[in-house]
Formats: sequence, C-alpha cells, structure tokens
Amino acid sequence: MRSPRAVKRLAWAACVMAGALAAAACGGGVGSGGSGAVLSSSWGDPQNPLEPANTNEVQGGKVLDMVFRGLKRYDPRTGKAKNMLAQSIETTDSRNFTITVRDGWKFSNGEPVTAKSFVDAWNYGASLRNNQKNAYFFGYIEGYDQVHPETGRQTADTLSGLKVTGPRTFTVRLNQKFSTFPDTLGYAAFDPLPSTFFTDHEGWIAKPVGNGPYRIESYTRGSAMNLRKWDGYPGPDKARNDGVTLLVYTDSNTAYTDVLAGNLDLVDDVPATQLKNVKTDLNGRYINTPAGIIQTLAFPYYDPKWNTPGARKVRTGLSMAINRKQITDTIFRGTRTPATDWTSPVLGADGGYKAGLCGEACTYDPARARQLVREGGGLPGGQVRITYNADTGSHKQWVDAVCNSINNALGNDKACVGNPVGTFADFRNQISQHKMSGPFRAGWQMDYPLIQNFLQPLYYTNASSNDGKWSDKRFDHLVDQANAESDRARAVQLFQQAEGVVRDNMAAIPLWYQNGSAGYTDRLHDVALNPFSVPVYDEIKVG
Amino acid sequence: MGRYVVRRLLQVIPVVIGVTFIIFCLVFALPGDPIQALAGDKRADPNIAAILRDHYHLNEPLYQQYWHYISGVFTGDLGETYNGRAISDIVSERFPVTLKLGLTAFAIEAVIGIVAGLFSALRKGKFIDNVVLVSTLVLISIPVFVLGSVLQLEFGVNLKITPVAGIERGWPQSYILPAIVLASTSMAYIARLVRTSMTESIRADYVRTAIAKGLPQRRVIGLHALRNSLIPVVTFLGFDLGALMGGAIITERVFNMPGIGGQLAQSVYLRERPVVVGLVTLLVLIYLVANLVVDLMYAVLDPRIRYE
Repeated sequence: MRSPRAVKRLAWAACVMAGALAAAACGGGVGSGGSGAVLSSSWGDPQNPLEPANTNEVQGGKVLDMVFRGLKRYDPRTGKAKNMLAQSIETTDSRNFTITVRDGWKFSNGEPVTAKSFVDAWNYGASLRNNQKNAYFFGYIEGYDQVHPETGRQTADTLSGLKVTGPRTFTVRLNQKFSTFPDTLGYAAFDPLPSTFFTDHEGWIAKPVGNGPYRIESYTRGSAMNLRKWDGYPGPDKARNDGVTLLVYTDSNTAYTDVLAGNLDLVDDVPATQLKNVKTDLNGRYINTPAGIIQTLAFPYYDPKWNTPGARKVRTGLSMAINRKQITDTIFRGTRTPATDWTSPVLGADGGYKAGLCGEACTYDPARARQLVREGGGLPGGQVRITYNADTGSHKQWVDAVCNSINNALGNDKACVGNPVGTFADFRNQISQHKMSGPFRAGWQMDYPLIQNFLQPLYYTNASSNDGKWSDKRFDHLVDQANAESDRARAVQLFQQAEGVVRDNMAAIPLWYQNGSAGYTDRLHDVALNPFSVPVYDEIKVG
Repeated sequence: MGRYVVRRLLQVIPVVIGVTFIIFCLVFALPGDPIQALAGDKRADPNIAAILRDHYHLNEPLYQQYWHYISGVFTGDLGETYNGRAISDIVSERFPVTLKLGLTAFAIEAVIGIVAGLFSALRKGKFIDNVVLVSTLVLISIPVFVLGSVLQLEFGVNLKITPVAGIERGWPQSYILPAIVLASTSMAYIARLVRTSMTESIRADYVRTAIAKGLPQRRVIGLHALRNSLIPVVTFLGFDLGALMGGAIITERVFNMPGIGGQLAQSVYLRERPVVVGLVTLLVLIYLVANLVVDLMYAVLDPRIRYE
C-alpha cells in the first residue's frame, strides 16, 4: 500500500520538476478512440469504486449497465423485468425462492458464472464491514440483521437466507413475504462477481471484470474510460457498436457544445439553458422521455400541527392550488410532466402506474382549494414555508412558482413563502433530525421499476426514506397484503389501493415526474434511454 | 542573501499551520453532515455512518480532529476523502493540469502584457497606444465565462482550430485557449501597468543622461527604463501566479479541465475537510514561494535593494 503510492508521488514530483510547460506527457494520453464504430458519450467520475453493491449514482450505473448482466434485466422500453441470467426463479409461498442460473454464461476473463458467483457477491454486498452503499437492497433476505445490524458489530459473515444447492442453483429465504422480490433482481447490486473480485480486490477495482456486453479497456480518472465490445459475450443483447468512450465533463454546457462541434457523439443530460434551442440545434436528434423520478412536497407528521384531520384537507387544498401544467411548461420547458399519481410513467400500466389516480386532488382548482383550506381550519400557523436547498438544481425557481400559484389561488400574498437552506448537506441534516415545520422538497428516484419501490420506502411506518414520519395502519396493512400476494396483477392492485390511502390523506403532494434527456450527433442511430435515464448503449448503431 | 532566504522559508511554517487551522475551522463551521451528504437524497445507513464517523474522527472535538490531520500532514499523509480516496492521489492527478494551465497563462500574460505596455508607452498617443488602451479596457470589462464561451464557440466549434474542451490532446493544443482566457484580465492590467510606469521612467533624469551619453536606444530602453519600470509589474505577477492557480475554477469548468478548481468546489460542497484544507494549503504554499521570488527579484532589478 505504502510503496506504490510513494512511487506515484515521486513520479508526480518528477513531472512537476521536469517543468510543467514541457510535461504534456504526464497527463496520461487518452486517445478518444475514433477508430471504427466507437462512440463517445458524456460522463462524470463515479463517486465510489465501481463495486456493484456500492454504486448508487447514475454515472457509475452507466458503466455497470454495460459491464454486467444480472439474473433479470429491465426492458429498456417497458421497464419490465425479464429473465437474463436466470433460467427460472420459483416460489410457492412468496418467501422461499429457488433460483437456477442459465448455462453457458462467462465473465470476460473466462470464468463461468455460477450460483456461487451470485451468493458470494450478495454476501459481500450485505456485509457491514464492506461498507457498501446498496447494502439495504439485501435487507429482505433472512439473516440481514446479523450481517448488517442497525447498531453494533455484525454477528455473522454471510446471509443465512442464501444457500448454494448446486453448481447453478441456489435458494433464497426472505424475512417476510415479498412476492415481487424476483423483479428487484435486475438492479446492479444483485450482479454476480468473479472470484478475482475477492482474491485480488485492488486489481479488480483498478480494472473491473464483469459478464456484460462490454469490457473495460482503460480508465483515467478525471478524463475518460474506454469500453470495448466483448466479442465472446454469450447473451442475446450483443453490442451493436465496437465500443463506447466515456468522457468526463464537469459541466453539461460544455458537453453540449462539444456535441454541436461534433467532438462528442452523445450528451445524456441536456442543460436547462439550452432547452430553448435544442430542437433546432440538433435537428430533432433529441430525446426527452420519462425517468423513474417523481418530485413531491412532503410534510412533517411529527409536528402535531400537520397531524390533524383538518390538516388533511389543507394539504389537499394546497395540492389543488398548484398549477402544475403552467410550471412544468414555463419553468421546466416540458422536461417535467405534471404528476397525477405517486409512482412514475416508466412503470407502465401493468407495473402499477395509474394516470389520474390522484384525480381532482391534483387538478388545479383555485376555488375548491380555497374552500378546502378554509374547511380545514386554515393554514397551520397562518403560513406555509416550503423548505428546500438553495445550492443545487435551481429549486428556488419552482418553489417560488409553486408559492405564487398557492398565493394567487388563496388570494393571500403571504400564504406561502420559500424557506431556502444554504446547502444540501444541511438540508438533509435538518430533515433527518426532524426539524421541519412545514412542507419540504422531496424527490424519489426509483431503485427498481416496481410500484412497491415508490410506496413502501416512502410511506410505510418507519420506512428508511419516510422522512415525514407518516404512518397509517390501513396503508401498512395493504402493503403487507400486496407483498404476500403471489399473483402479480393482484399484488399491483393492492399496491394501488394502498396508493389510494396516500391520496385520501394527501400524505405527500405529488408535483411532477422528471424526464431524462439526451442529444446526439447524426453519426448515431437507435438512441434510447432506459427507465433509469441511462442511454441503452448496446443498441446504438454508429455510422 | 542565503540567510535571508532561509529565514523567509522558516517563516513559511507558522503561516502554513495558521492557515490550515483557519481553513479547517471554516470548513468545520459549515453546516451539514459530510457522511449524510454522501448518501444523497436517501437516508444514510445508520451503522455505516457511525463506523465512518468513528473512522474519520468526526465525533471528536475540533482541536482533536485538527491534531489528527496536522500530525498526519507532517508524516507525509494528507489523509483521505470520505470515500476512501487518498488525497495525495487527487493532488497528483489534478495538480499537473492546473499547474500547466496556470503557468501557460502566466507566460502569456507576462510576455504579451509587457510587450504591449512597452509599445504603448513608447508610442504614446499614437495609433498603437490607442489600440492597446481600448483593447485592454474591453478585456477588463468582459467576464471570464463570457469570453471563454465565445472563444470556445468561435475557435472550437466554428473554426475548429482548437479543441472545444478537455485535455485529451495534451499541451499545448488543449491548453492554449483556456490559458488565453484565464490570462486575459491580468494581461490587460499588466499592459496598463507597464505603460504607466514606463512613461514615468522614460522622462526620468537617468534615462535622459543615458541618451546624452550616446547609448544606443535599445540599451537605454531595455536596461535603464524597462528594468526600473518592472518592479510594480513583478509584484503584480507574483501575486497573480497564486491567483491563476486558485482562481481558475470558472475557466476549468468552461473548458472541462480536471484541475484543482473543480475539485475544490466539489469538495466544499461535499464537506470534505481534508481535501479542502490540503488543496488550499498547497495554494498558500505557491503564494508564499511566489512572494519570496518576487522579493528576491527586487534585488535583481534594483541593485539598491539588498537583503541580509
């Protein structure tokens, strides 16, 4: 550990000594590929090492999506979980699952993918000592509380609910009934890992090896990652290009300019300032499709003012006082869609998205809004203050717009004001310490495209992201029932009933669904974004 | 002279300790929990958060945290980010970019600024003088990001002479345009500074004497007039070297260069105390060394100034 770093430091010092002006070679020369059907795409350095169970942001997720394939894969268009490495996932009681892995899959270093590749990877991801960001994904598996207790040391190294029963079969026992558990297995945290991950961890981190359609060829931090098509890939979704070069951009405006100049093929986050011109600039080579993100206003139910029957009417009134359409059109220029339920359109009707579930409670109606607020006993404290963080994502604009809309509807200039918190870190701090006194900005980016994921973590009693501490027995009961229901369609129905409870109490005000956007040059064809708003790289054709 | 340099270098030590402590306190005072910031919108895992807080001594009082940090620094360990990356890695990765950019800009502003100022002073009131005055006025009044974006669009997108962004093509292609943008304002100041101080020294007695002695004009201007006019310029340049390194945040962003500026902004956002303190300390060191060099240059430029 010590010596390689020292050598590196020396090498760096030598570079500086050699006279920075002449030291062009010290930067590490990354060619932007260029040869053959290789495309370049905008990117940012992942925050964490590229371990599947430790990557919870979109930039690292992009790479994992190219380099790994899991038991399931979400269809890029419908979001539906389809078997990939899984030959079958069987259960009779929605709690014990038998998983069979397909034959013939290999990692790009030649090692076969077996049941052990999965079980070892999951045990690694769940273990407290490995400090993995996505550990909570394994929280439904039996033994998680021993491997990853809430406090104190772990008392076991492996999940007792996982058992390898054959070279290609293993069993999973959950700590509760969870019928849609198989559909969560498309998330990167559940990817298999080769044995080199455990035997030579440093080496693996420096150059991750997976079982997906691409291999990582090189990575220069802060600059670029080169991925090349893996010719030996056994799966049905072979890459239709020769490779992808991910170039690091710190500013999406610069990436956009580079696309205009033809130096970059694909930018997957068109900056807000360019939205005005994007259609003419790129001549239609612009996509703007729903992502699995919903923005809401959450409420502090730990504050007795907001936890009264009257406050329920006030919340519904506030929801009806917000002119969502106008705000998404003018401020977001169509990159958000007014929300009419608490999930996301990416789920599709089969998956549980139900347009209009919110009904008139999400329809702009100033007169009814005024009436409801009056019936509910007026605004608690005479005024609502919407808390948000001012340092990222231009939240001020839309919060002010929402407040204007409320003020106009209620005919009171002081009914609603924004309450900015200087930094995101402080904002989250105040939320987790339950210091909110009124509505606050909340957003949810799905972990996997299931209606369960939009409801349970946010509204179930004491759930991990239930920041407002909302609690309703009827909702909890319906979710429990849905999780126990083995028939998928029936389970979705029960979840929607639970969502109805959220609506009737207006537990959180749904604002809008966020879209993902991308622009590309005329070299590329068949560009699409998946439900996680990551470009579907393997389908892109170059030339 | 030697003793003077040693004394100055020794003075660096208390300054560095003081500066690191002040910066440490300032970042410490920023509201927000760095461990929670790592988790984004979702809740941080309580047990992992507790382990990390323990590992990075975040539960201890400020002076103890500072002690852990500074004792690490003196043993050559700059610490690590809350993601577990060594800060020395970040520095060795980012610093060369900023150094190349800063020194290129420094060379551009020094050469062009002095030459333009010189010509302007020698042809006072003539056409070239007006050109310099007007163009420097324009440069001073344009914000850096506007100039950066306009040049990027013109030279990168339309004329395709330089890369639009990034450092893939290495030095000098990738660095020349950002360096010009970064140097622009200071370049204008230097030109005006040289012009003013040259105008004064040209009228000075010793220059008239030199001309009367029959010295060739090049020698009069180069050795007698210019050399004496350079003292304020060198002062400015010395100060500016540090500013170029630390103040390139906007330029680095517009031209997508993975330098220290961007890292510093990100680390402040993520409350990564050790990174912020480490990078700022490095910048302070550059300032101090540049200032020492400036002071030594005074003696070279003006033999009446001596150090012992």
